[in-house]
Amino acid sequence: MSVATASPPKASTREFIRKGQPPTEDYRELLFDLEAKGELEVQRVPEPFVEVETKYGRKKKIPLEFTWHHKSCGQCGHIPGYSTAIFWLNRQFNKDYHDPKDQSSCTAWNYYASSTSNSAAQAAVAIRNFAQAKLDGYFPLIHCGTSYGHYKEVREEILHHQKLRDQVRKVMDRLKMPFVFPEEIVHYSEWVHVMADDIAKKQVLDFSNIRTTVHPACHYHKLVVEDAIYDRDLYDGQRTAIVSGLVKALGAEVADYSTWHDCCGFGFRHILVSRDFSRSFATIRKIERMKEEANPDVTLTHDTGCVTTLDKSQFSTQAHGRNVGIPVMSDAQFAALAMGAHPYKVCQLHWHGVDMKPLMEKMGIDHEKAWAEFEEVAGRLKENGTEFMTWEDADA
Amino acid sequence: MSIYKDAKYMDVPYEEKQKLFQEVKDDMRWDTTLYGCYECGICVAACPSARFYDFSPRVFAQIMAREDVDTFYELLNDSVWDCSQCFSCTRCPRQNNPGTIITIMREVAVNHGLSSAKKALQAYSRIIYKIMSTGTQVAPDMLQPDFFPDWGPDVKAVSENLDVWRRAIPPETMHTTELAWDVSEKTRLELYMIWKLTGNLEMIEKIDEGIFMILEEVMEELLDEHGYDIDDFENVLED
Ligand code: SF4
Ligand code: SF4
Repeated sequence: MSVATASPPKASTREFIRKGQPPTEDYRELLFDLEAKGELEVQRVPEPFVEVETKYGRKKKIPLEFTWHHKSCGQCGHIPGYSTAIFWLNRQFNKDYHDPKDQSSCTAWNYYASSTSNSAAQAAVAIRNFAQAKLDGYFPLIHCGTSYGHYKEVREEILHHQKLRDQVRKVMDRLKMPFVFPEEIVHYSEWVHVMADDIAKKQVLDFSNIRTTVHPACHYHKLVVEDAIYDRDLYDGQRTAIVSGLVKALGAEVADYSTWHDCCGFGFRHILVSRDFSRSFATIRKIERMKEEANPDVTLTHDTGCVTTLDKSQFSTQAHGRNVGIPVMSDAQFAALAMGAHPYKVCQLHWHGVDMKPLMEKMGIDHEKAWAEFEEVAGRLKENGTEFMTWEDADA
Repeated sequence: MSIYKDAKYMDVPYEEKQKLFQEVKDDMRWDTTLYGCYECGICVAACPSARFYDFSPRVFAQIMAREDVDTFYELLNDSVWDCSQCFSCTRCPRQNNPGTIITIMREVAVNHGLSSAKKALQAYSRIIYKIMSTGTQVAPDMLQPDFFPDWGPDVKAVSENLDVWRRAIPPETMHTTELAWDVSEKTRLELYMIWKLTGNLEMIEKIDEGIFMILEEVMEELLDEHGYDIDDFENVLED
């Protein structure tokens, strides 16, 4: 069964069946070859894992627990409910996970914005994080779409360039750390995707009247394409199934729109220092198109930059009387809300720009009561400057 | 010679342009970024930057394939910074990757401290400092109304309540205001060693001496406290 599409364009009805060999090499085979030659150590996906189909029909292993949470600076810094929702979901399913302090970002937001780095440094940053995950005894789960895309690029370069491997080995030797590469680069949204049915079993809010649009992150499905998850039951297997699969499992509607494949306009440097471009692209090519063609209650995405750009670009565009005003959140926040997570204490929706209240009302959330509950905890923290909100507070 | 009559930068010696062009071609990624060009424009149709700037990934592919060194130099100065680095152009039927050609070109521009690169990065230098010294690029205290006036009243609300709202987030790594999360000192030190070992500090010195000096002062004090001498960390890329 395909996802119901509420509006044009019409998805193709032809069945898309892959024949013959995938057009690319299998990165795992190459990694294992290098391991056999003693060049590096491959960290295996821990059990239990689920196997899912990727673009060229290969199976990819997604670990269910023992994950090392490679956080995103943009999520933790500016959209903290995004990361919190990922951790909250793991806790609801009693998954063993690790939230490390000994983790740097991938530094790729800066790299794509300014190029003030080089291949060897970028690879060493990646491998340092991977090595630390291995030493901590957990498997990397990447929160950020940029990190996910960049680490796949790093993998391509590591696999194909002896000189780079030699350079990175020298760096790791100086840091007295091992040269480790994970068997799979796994994005948290892939974990959400394979957990979708379990999430639906714990769903407490009815989302059958919620209409969504989905924006897939470019660095998830365009930059090194072979790792992205596809499913013949979603978009006839012609577009990545990520995010849409979760929405379908939760009984909400995925409405289609003509610029689904377009980027969000983030631009890395543009969102920071040339925002007129990001704002124009996000609103004219994405938000207005969604509004006209699908009129969703919310748009869902699975990356830091996409949530930021699509959400924050709408405020000043609204002032120009443009047809905008769609709440934006991540798949993790949407899933957490479905399971009854607190909209402010867990999903931290007060850090988002677009008004979420009409959406929450449609979801059956009493946002006034919820805000009063958040304010009560915040008031306590204000009184006592050393206290923090605990997970128990968040679920109280 | 450029094919364009109105070609710019004709005062820059051809040898200088050729040197930079060759550096792009010497990058290890070069061999997998360009396989010739159909001139079909599929990359342009997919490209967000092409919609709002006088910018085209097709032109990058063609100019590089044609080895038009003069126009290459023009793109290097006037166009590279418009790219959004989204890699929508990887939809190319020829398996070209104009986005990566641009990444490499930007790196060459930065390494040579071109004035166009310095200008493009002017407003950006404090972010470079943040990422290189802390390992996280985006910090909660960046959310200030004067930096993001177009993001609406929520930014003001966040900045006014920053300390309390950060402590009102359950994961214990995220109670920070100056960092996205509580990055360990070990991580920061190792990251700085990586920048040194891969020649990135030399590059930063060329592009923004002010940032380099602050970075050096702050980080070398930290290294010192932990008994490291930064001079022990030689550039491994020069071997
Ligand atoms: S990576 Fe650059 S050239 Fe390629 S589609 Fe994106 S903005 Fe255009
Ligand atoms: S899509 Fe590829 S072949 Fe077509 S114009 Fe762009 S670079 Fe050339």
